Amino acid sequence: MKAPALISAIGGLAALMATASTAQELSSSQIERGRYLTIAGDCQACHTDIENNGLPFTGGRALGTPFGTIYSPNLTPDDETGLGRWTREEFHDALNEGIDDEGQHLYPAMPYPNYTLMSREETDAIFAYLQSLEPVHAETPENDLPFPLNIRMSVSGWKLLFFEDEEFVPDPDRSEEWNRGRFLVDGPLHCGACHSGKNLLGASQDDEYLRGGLLENWFAPNIRAGAGGGIAHWDTDDIVEFLKYGRAEHTAPMQRMGEVVSISTQHLREEDLRAVATYLKSLEDELREEEDTPDPVRLETGAGLYFDNCAACHAADQSGVPYFFAPLSSSNKVHAEDPSTAIRIILGGARAQPTDTIPSMLAMPPFSWKLSDEQIADLLTYLRGTGDRRAGPVSAAQVTEMREYLAEEEH
Amino acid sequence: MTKQLPGVDVVLVGFGWTGAIYAEKLTDAGLDVLALERGPWRDTTKDFATTFAQDELRYYWRHGMFQEASQSTVTFRNNSAQTALPMRSWGSFLPGNGVGGSGVHWNGQTYRFLPSDFVAKSHNEERYGPLPEGMTVQDYGVTYDELEPHFDYFEKICGICGKAGNLNGDIVAGGNPFEGPRSDEYPNPPMEMTFSQDRFEAAARNVGLNPFPVPSANMSRAYVNPLGLQLAPCTYCGFCEKHGCGNYSKSSPQTTIIPALMKRSNFALRTDSEVLSIEKSADGSRTTGVTYVDTSGETFFQPAEIVVLCAYPLENTRLMLLSQIGEPYDPSTGEGVVGKNYCYQVMSGATVFFEEEYTNGFVGAGALGMAADDYNGDNFDHTGLGFIGGGYIACYTTNARPIESHPVPEGVPGWGSEWKQAVQANFLKTASVGVHGASMAHRSNYLDLDPTYTDRHGRPLLRMTFDFTLNDRRLSAHLTPVAEEIARGMGGRDVVVAERKGSYDSVPYQTTHNTGGTIMGTDPKTSVCNRYCQSWDLPNLFVAGAGLFPQNAGYNPTGTVGALAYWSVDAIINKYLGQPGPLVQP
Repeated sequence: MKAPALISAIGGLAALMATASTAQELSSSQIERGRYLTIAGDCQACHTDIENNGLPFTGGRALGTPFGTIYSPNLTPDDETGLGRWTREEFHDALNEGIDDEGQHLYPAMPYPNYTLMSREETDAIFAYLQSLEPVHAETPENDLPFPLNIRMSVSGWKLLFFEDEEFVPDPDRSEEWNRGRFLVDGPLHCGACHSGKNLLGASQDDEYLRGGLLENWFAPNIRAGAGGGIAHWDTDDIVEFLKYGRAEHTAPMQRMGEVVSISTQHLREEDLRAVATYLKSLEDELREEEDTPDPVRLETGAGLYFDNCAACHAADQSGVPYFFAPLSSSNKVHAEDPSTAIRIILGGARAQPTDTIPSMLAMPPFSWKLSDEQIADLLTYLRGTGDRRAGPVSAAQVTEMREYLAEEEH
Repeated sequence: MTKQLPGVDVVLVGFGWTGAIYAEKLTDAGLDVLALERGPWRDTTKDFATTFAQDELRYYWRHGMFQEASQSTVTFRNNSAQTALPMRSWGSFLPGNGVGGSGVHWNGQTYRFLPSDFVAKSHNEERYGPLPEGMTVQDYGVTYDELEPHFDYFEKICGICGKAGNLNGDIVAGGNPFEGPRSDEYPNPPMEMTFSQDRFEAAARNVGLNPFPVPSANMSRAYVNPLGLQLAPCTYCGFCEKHGCGNYSKSSPQTTIIPALMKRSNFALRTDSEVLSIEKSADGSRTTGVTYVDTSGETFFQPAEIVVLCAYPLENTRLMLLSQIGEPYDPSTGEGVVGKNYCYQVMSGATVFFEEEYTNGFVGAGALGMAADDYNGDNFDHTGLGFIGGGYIACYTTNARPIESHPVPEGVPGWGSEWKQAVQANFLKTASVGVHGASMAHRSNYLDLDPTYTDRHGRPLLRMTFDFTLNDRRLSAHLTPVAEEIARGMGGRDVVVAERKGSYDSVPYQTTHNTGGTIMGTDPKTSVCNRYCQSWDLPNLFVAGAGLFPQNAGYNPTGTVGALAYWSVDAIINKYLGQPGPLVQP
């Protein structure tokens, strides 16, 4: 109980002294601190129109939500289109309360329910960093939301129900590392924005905390790493390697998570990643109900399809090639309750994220042209029915639905 | 109207193995590097994914990976008395095209040439007296010992799988006892051998030879190279040669260098951009850059401080001739250098047909094999034999790709139901023993510009004048019976020998090991480049590839091509940049 209080007291004192004596140094170290937090917050990912080779932080990226398309704004200090005329207070209100410089409510695609855990010093640091960027004039397209959501006031009701403005409070019974991990996971890293289940209004549900969530038809898997969790078989090093190098024994980050590793986590300090892992390892989960053994005919068909199409990389016994090709017998994507990601990867392929340490571009090719919906359903039913943990069968209709979604997305 | 582009430090003509090597090292040294590639971008997932990489019709029969003859080809004749005709469809060799070049569709057999191969003239003359009249064999100007660190690095980039036979001068059991001293073991152990290699190994030992596992660029295990790039374990599917590897299991520019390079802001690549000529300054003392054409037909002048020719040897030679750099070789006088010492290789072998035993040739890989080097280079006494050089004798199981591969015993008709029955009976029961014979340079074998035929831009095609020499024939006649003897010792029912007799025929596939034309050496009167692969004529022009070989050795060339590229780029960075100019005074 005493230690954290003491540390924060010393920290406060140091900050005070710095303000008084060395303003120039403070400014530079504050920008550096802000840069780090900006990386941790993965701000660049949403605020860059990656699909159209947009300039970093200039916004304009279309963010699909279940309610419509939202375009991210320009974060560079351009007076007209960016944050040029914002104050630190206004910026703090945006991150802390979800309110913009004109007092309007921000849509919760911006993860302020997470960012609110950051302190005023931290949001000031992020602001200082963003203000140090080259200003770029970049208009943000109008959001494409249906009535009444296009009225920002409607967000106020949502916030009333689901948003709490809170600072991070360390748990004195836990280690400093664990607390740091929890702060990062729930705060800047905003893992739950994807990995926690959402209610019908798009708010994270407490009882679905890091148990996996569906976003743009990707199922972000259960990342609880304690007993019974989706990645209970990952140890601390596995989690650190995944986030730092983009390659781990069990799988590699792909597509959306690949972006997170590429822009954010590979650049974070190892002790921070270790803290994240320590925290995730403390999250236990209830054991899932065992599914019945699927239809033996489907299992046999699936096994044959697996051997012909998958075994060359993922090995005949599904053990894969650790750090290269995911072992499927223990994959938290294959065995997720929601098979969306697995279906999607088989249909459309996936690319392991190249990182600074491992620039390889290992990829799985798409099978949409080669396997029918029935075949993919049988293949997944086989994988989900024979791995280390059992998950329910997949129907051809589920594959058809995803195929249609992907075809639509391409247009 | 040629459009002028802003200058770069280095322009690379062609982006296969050597282009990737130069680009990686030069960008690492801080230079702005631009690679111009005639063909398209090629990428594992898009161009040879596991879902279709084994498409034999596309890649073997329809030449999916190769240079299109309609884009550019060569004319061929056996001797100066004949009129050369264009090769309208590739036959005995298959030049690559596109990003990765031939490094995408190679087998992965990654040898080092012998120390004596680099000093072939002085070594053989010292041991056997003057070379015969007309044999234009020369020394490289660089020695094995100088290249050793670069061989080693290339092997580490590729993750070559093998067993050292000579570690720092100590002979190591299980490896090749004839190889030059290695500073390090191979980065990965040899591949798993199959029944055929086991039989070959026993039979070769039985006749007193020293078999060793072929150094392979097909991975025996998962490997991460010094650039952080990943190579996955080979699945032994046998679709290596003529195919790209969909499993990331074969070293290629794509799997070992390019992804690291593409992240660097001082590197740029322009595909579908064909270099038409290398430009010279008004006083002819240096190159100023290159002119190239894109797919819309627009031409560009790309200025550069340094130009490196990284295309296939035949195209490098042609570009120098078209650009009038260096004196073209004249076979009637023996004067001139560009186009000189074109060499090939002499391939022969024996096929073993087993009665009971299954060899299961479909379990294969491009470099899955055992070889013996006892008859390579100068590893044996040539006194009284009437030839120099040699070749390795090897038993590979590279493929049993069904469209391409259907060996049948002698006496079986070439088609019809009897042939089909014989294919069925023998498909899983054959093994082959091959001789990979060297080719020594001869005054009458050379490359020049064709007087008649032109490409779609109106530029003369390259003309190849080549026939097997007396040395080639004697070499093959001496080594093929050794291969036959081993084959007969492997316990099969039947052995069919394929000798190499008569003139060179450009139609049946033999090997894509075309060498010479831009040879390196010690004297500007007899070579195009100095020992650092730098043009004697234009000090800011460098040349890469097997065109540098003054003659061809009894090995697959890629290991030596890689080592020479690393050696040359090291000289650019550590010698040339500090003091641009000739690195060797003639």
